[in-house]
Amino acid sequence: MEQVIGLVTGLLFGFLLQKGEVLRFERQIGFMLLKDMTIIKFMMSAVLVGMVGIYACHATGLINLSVKATNIAAIVVGGLMFGIGWAIAGYCPGTSVGALAEGRFHAIWAILGMLTGAALYAEAYPVMQQTLLAWGNFGKITLPQVLGLSPWFVIIPFILVGLGLFAWFEKKGI
Amino acid sequence: MTFSPFSARWNPYLAGALVGILAVLSVVLTTLIIDKPKYLGASTTFVRASGLMEQVVSSDHVAENAYFQKTKIKIDWQMMFVVGIFGGALLASQLGRSAKLESVPPIWSKRFGPNPVVRAVGAFIGGAILLFGARLAGGCPSGHGLSGNMQLAVSGLLALVFFMAGAILAARLIYGKGGE
Repeated sequence: MEQVIGLVTGLLFGFLLQKGEVLRFERQIGFMLLKDMTIIKFMMSAVLVGMVGIYACHATGLINLSVKATNIAAIVVGGLMFGIGWAIAGYCPGTSVGALAEGRFHAIWAILGMLTGAALYAEAYPVMQQTLLAWGNFGKITLPQVLGLSPWFVIIPFILVGLGLFAWFEKKGI
Repeated sequence: MTFSPFSARWNPYLAGALVGILAVLSVVLTTLIIDKPKYLGASTTFVRASGLMEQVVSSDHVAENAYFQKTKIKIDWQMMFVVGIFGGALLASQLGRSAKLESVPPIWSKRFGPNPVVRAVGAFIGGAILLFGARLAGGCPSGHGLSGNMQLAVSGLLALVFFMAGAILAARLIYGKGGE
């Protein structure tokens, strides 16, 4: 059952990624060169709608959150590594698979690289556990917890900033 | 604004907003049906898939590895989700007639030439670096970028800032300021 739900969710997600044109190498690199904000428009729209929905459902007790730990050193180093690799490959893990499906054959090399990177990380994991993962671990924290505010006082400013950015992108034509 | 399965492109704000709704529905439905909230994510699947392949060569080595033990190698919700992305993108690109066979993207070609082998090597190295980084950071733009930020997680915001900082700096160095 779990696998069937995953497959259907993935089909819909892949469909929307393709229609939004965010699977394309030129869109991803276009963002990095600050010339084309398509992937940011797509991602921020998803996040803004999602945060309202998630916190509305959470407030009624319908769902639980699943927050990842804030390991500062690992996120900073891993995040920068991710960014560098992303700029070279032109795809992230989710989009690589979709890009292959829309005919971008070269995404297969990025996918094979990712499988290799995953295997290398598995080998490096014991060392990471004693070093980067152990430094500056603040646990599973959210912005409303840290700020001591209701989530809505965080969500509303995010939406306003997001809408302001969207207006600016459209004005600039990027 | 065209909004049919046969149009090649949907407005990115609308397509993105639909992903937001999908992400919330996924959490609600998985909570109700399988009693486990499934937030969207993709990079752990690459760990499980590499573990499945490594098992063919050396199952003992995989069984002894602490990270494979922690991640639990199995065909789970997320692996089928990633398979689904392929199917969904295939369907969307066929219906919208927007699929394009490409072995070297134009921006890459301008910088490194049209040789597909050079592109293959670059994509492979980039893929390896980015997945290592994603697992160290605990997620990719799906798990941290979308799901983390929807939950207002500190980790999600921090990761997204560093993903973007690394990418913007690296792209400027690699492709030049204008991407020409």
